[in-house]
Amino acid sequence: MAMIRLERRADPSNFWRYGAPLVAVLATIIAGGIMFALLGKNPVEAIRTIFWTPFTGRNAAYYLSQLPIKAAPLVLIATGLALGFRAGIWNIGAEGQYVIGALSGAAVALALYPMEGRWLFIICIAASLAGGMLWAMIPAVLKVRLGVSEILVSLMLVYVAENILASLAVGAMKNPEGYGFPGSRNLSQYPAVANLDIWSGTGIHWGVIAALLSVLAGQILLSRHILGFQIQVAGLAPRAARFAGVAPGRLVMVCMAASGALAGAAGWFELAGPSGIVSVDFNVGYGFTAIIVAFLGRLHPVGILLAGVLLAVTYVGGDVARSSLGLPAGSIQSFQGMLLFFLLALDVLTAYRIRIGRKARA
Amino acid sequence: MSDTLLSLRGLTKVYPAVIANSDISFDIGAGEIHALLGENGAGKSTLVKTIYGLHRPDAGTMTLNGQPYAPSEPRAARAAGVAMVFQHFSLFDALDVAENIALGMENPPPMRQLAQRIRDVSNAYGLPLDPARILGDLSAGERQRVEIIRCLLQDPRLLIMDEPTSVLTPQEVEILFQTLRKLRDEGTSILYISHKLEEIRALCERATILRLGKVVGACDPREASARELAELMVGTALKPPTRAAGAGAAQGEVALEIRNLSAASPRAFGTALSEVNLVLHKGEVLGIGGVAGNGQDELLLALSGEMRTAPGSVLLAGEDVAQLPPNERRARGLLAAPEERLGHAAVPDMTLIENAFLTGAVREGLERHGFVDWRRTRGFAEKVIATFDVRTPGPDRIARSLSGGNLQKFVIGREILQDPVVLVVNQPTWGVDAAAAAAIRQALLDLAAKGAAVIVVSQDLDELMEIADRFAALNAGRLSGSVPVEGLTIGRIGLMLGGAHDMEVARAEAG
Repeated sequence: MAMIRLERRADPSNFWRYGAPLVAVLATIIAGGIMFALLGKNPVEAIRTIFWTPFTGRNAAYYLSQLPIKAAPLVLIATGLALGFRAGIWNIGAEGQYVIGALSGAAVALALYPMEGRWLFIICIAASLAGGMLWAMIPAVLKVRLGVSEILVSLMLVYVAENILASLAVGAMKNPEGYGFPGSRNLSQYPAVANLDIWSGTGIHWGVIAALLSVLAGQILLSRHILGFQIQVAGLAPRAARFAGVAPGRLVMVCMAASGALAGAAGWFELAGPSGIVSVDFNVGYGFTAIIVAFLGRLHPVGILLAGVLLAVTYVGGDVARSSLGLPAGSIQSFQGMLLFFLLALDVLTAYRIRIGRKARA
Repeated sequence: MSDTLLSLRGLTKVYPAVIANSDISFDIGAGEIHALLGENGAGKSTLVKTIYGLHRPDAGTMTLNGQPYAPSEPRAARAAGVAMVFQHFSLFDALDVAENIALGMENPPPMRQLAQRIRDVSNAYGLPLDPARILGDLSAGERQRVEIIRCLLQDPRLLIMDEPTSVLTPQEVEILFQTLRKLRDEGTSILYISHKLEEIRALCERATILRLGKVVGACDPREASARELAELMVGTALKPPTRAAGAGAAQGEVALEIRNLSAASPRAFGTALSEVNLVLHKGEVLGIGGVAGNGQDELLLALSGEMRTAPGSVLLAGEDVAQLPPNERRARGLLAAPEERLGHAAVPDMTLIENAFLTGAVREGLERHGFVDWRRTRGFAEKVIATFDVRTPGPDRIARSLSGGNLQKFVIGREILQDPVVLVVNQPTWGVDAAAAAAIRQALLDLAAKGAAVIVVSQDLDELMEIADRFAALNAGRLSGSVPVEGLTIGRIGLMLGGAHDMEVARAEAG
């Protein structure tokens, strides 16, 4: 009888550690193609539209500028999440911290409107960092003080945040000059706080700079700083971490705070630039997609940068495919989800090898 | 010689990196106690797991009672009459004895009937056991009884025992031996795995000796000397550790004092420490004996700083450190090496360099303004590897890839090279081959000779007799008074470890 066994490798495979993401992308393209075929679309056409058309088509310049806009929040959030994930702290609620961060920045901006001065932009960034951080402190404190699962609390708080957003968009933050329509003033048209392209038409706004800085800082933190070392030890061997003097509670607070703050800032950069308006449907799931980005990038800042760009491609290309081929929006999200699914499945190969053989001889 | 029960021919098992068993052939007679002797890593466990159906051999055959025998899983082995008591028990702390036994049976009888059978069998073999007791409350010796009774209920023809005495007090060992002899007299064969030579000489009538996966000898252990057996097992002549002249004799200043230390265990079913007192002088090696699970882990946590205790309960050179976290204690010279190498003393998936930083950061100055100085850390790791003869291709290898003995040398060496004032080690040579164990013991003695105070917590009484100046027993979270090792007999130690009288005996000795 033929059988498939998993056999633990003596040393983890370096090929699979770095090869798994590439193979996962390939597997996703194949499985996604099958899904598109089942939806009655030409799979080759659909895949080409997602990965190719944005860069070669007539509107390539526009689509290219969309890449940094989509990648920046993903990278910024994922870098923060990766710190916690490395330590075994599971902040699943970045989407909520993103929303609260954006609202905190908006609250400052709208309260001070129409004051002038570019320093207001800095204040708003600070407010968004603080807002996202405080929102993440709720699950962190509950975890440390009462042992409540941070996974559940942070996730549930996403829905709380979305309801706060909805209520503010049609209530306190509604544009007084908006003829009764829901939604705030357009902050991207308020020069003091607007987060516009630094070089016009490139899509490179201040959030992109922040994302790159976060990658750099994350890289240094994890490879050289003692906090980064503690994070990794805590994730790999919690008892060894305590032996080495890591205070687990403090680490939970620090990691949740960092990921919450970065998600909050991502929310503000999005709100003050590409989005502009506090509206009911302001958030589009970057906080959840960032989880895929974090794992696809091997919880490694540079990897996250690459993964963020890849996912941004699927967002941009997915939009093109949606409008030109009529693919349903849900199919694009499934496509992104498959990526995580295949990656986690292939990760097994880093630590194990597959043996296919007949049952051993008697 | 009796008839052959199980015969092995040419058994070979290859793992990715190592040949665990190579062409192993020998016979086990009916109604004999057969010793399988060898160092850790000699291939004993692989071999018995093959016999028990947990592994399939890559080559070779087995014959049981004249029939071909090739169990595809333990269930098949049990059906054929082969039972095994593992070194590490597979029992559930929260269930009672009868429930635990029922879980290991194919068709457990109704509970009441099972409880009666447990009582009958356990009394018949001199291993009294109450089926209604909760596992979490049992001592290691009683837990082993549960495993043995579970096997005996299957009426095995071959009983495999993997290092059964490592968790027992000397008195419990004697009871176990009586049980095993009784089983033998009834015709059950026993394959007895151990590296303790005196036990094997007392119990077994035949021995097969393994080294590096091969059979290197067979003998009647009652006729061979312990030295002959040891040298067959290790392959070279052994050198006992030597002590610098005068070491341990002079009473130095007090290095560590524990005063009325009581603390609950941080783990469920752990053992609370209860009014532990001890005074440790510079240059002294204190051996703390006792069966695992009597508060050894908790004592180490209380000293390493992973567990904080009441103010004033731990004094390092007169300073109260009971409330200080681990790195503050390290800074003051109180270092520790926990029992569990992988996951506690070292991070399995980190390199030796990173593991050197794990505890060496403070005293070796491997940290600069919050950043890791990787160059210096690598230097420290390389120094540990060179000084303690850690066999590894290099400091970039992950801890998990090292053998138990080599990783233990690294862990102990990492602490010793930091020049501790007080070093606490828990089971320093557990699962370590004889050559590495000798090196570790020697290093601990050398450390004490240089003036450090050393606490060695160990279940291996021979080890404590070899290196300790004073001996104390830890029993149910209580520490006896310490007595000089010189002139201490195994019988007296047994009393100190065993039960209610230990305190009195110890006090009398100490006084």
